[in-house]
Amino acid sequence: MNKLSLLPLAFFTVLVSFFVYRLVLIERGNMPKDIPSVMISKQAPEFNLPPLLKNKAGFKTADLKGKVTLVSFFASWCVDCLAEHRYLADLSGKGAVLAGIDYKDVSADGQVWLKKNGNPYDVIAIDRDGQTGIDFGVYGVPETYLIDKQGVIRYKQTGPITPDIITEKLLPLIKELNK
Amino acid sequence: MRLLLLIIALFIATTSYAARPDEMLANPALEARARAISKELRCPVCQNQSIDDSDADLAHDLRVLVRQRLEKGDSDEQVKQYIVARYGDYVLLDPPFNKATFVLWTGPAFLLLFAFLVAWGAFKSKPHEEEREDEE
Repeated sequence: MNKLSLLPLAFFTVLVSFFVYRLVLIERGNMPKDIPSVMISKQAPEFNLPPLLKNKAGFKTADLKGKVTLVSFFASWCVDCLAEHRYLADLSGKGAVLAGIDYKDVSADGQVWLKKNGNPYDVIAIDRDGQTGIDFGVYGVPETYLIDKQGVIRYKQTGPITPDIITEKLLPLIKELNK
Repeated sequence: MRLLLLIIALFIATTSYAARPDEMLANPALEARARAISKELRCPVCQNQSIDDSDADLAHDLRVLVRQRLEKGDSDEQVKQYIVARYGDYVLLDPPFNKATFVLWTGPAFLLLFAFLVAWGAFKSKPHEEEREDEE
């Protein structure tokens, strides 16, 4: 048999292996449409946002110092945000300040949404025009950023957080950053 | 005549863009630069469209941002760097040549070379096959 005639088969095998490999990655949550964040290991951007709820504090860059902070971008118009919302409470009191940023939302809508679905956040601000979101590199809510005591972004989750992500990634990392 | 006009109209029709009239800058030179930059930036939401083409909300925000930076006196390169600093090289529709894009840029050349070698090998071995067929 001609060796060359085996070539298409070899090529095909390599191709199929690659497809299977990529499918397995998707199965593990590595979506090809996720854009790798360039903000990891970088200082969190400058921001100074007004509070979403009346008579509460807003949220600004200086608040990140000295505490591990989980910054969650969400919006009342975002369906996936509702999906992850009930899991956020599991992160409450686990060593990280839970900060919510209501992204490109109307204050009243955000307030009603929180009232209806519960408010697990320690601090909650509104990013009306989405500028802070752009500075963080947000391209689709929900997005979650874990920021260390020095204000450096250490982890980013694009899309809703799940119980698996909480136990396997977020909680161990929060523990480590609190050392 | 009507048909002719229709056909002509079809040929001169260009694709429409997502840029809304209220986004556009009054200064035509700046607006032209903004359009050119927008065409080179990928929309992170609809990932096969530039922010100039995309209807996504984020694309709109980025288009406005590009125009704001230009009005503040940024150069084209500075505007692009501003977006790249937040979203990475990923947003450049014409990605730079570096370690991560090495395969992307050189891959096609290697594939072509590989195809040539295969074709060359196939043509070279063809007479032998014919000979064998004769033998059978």
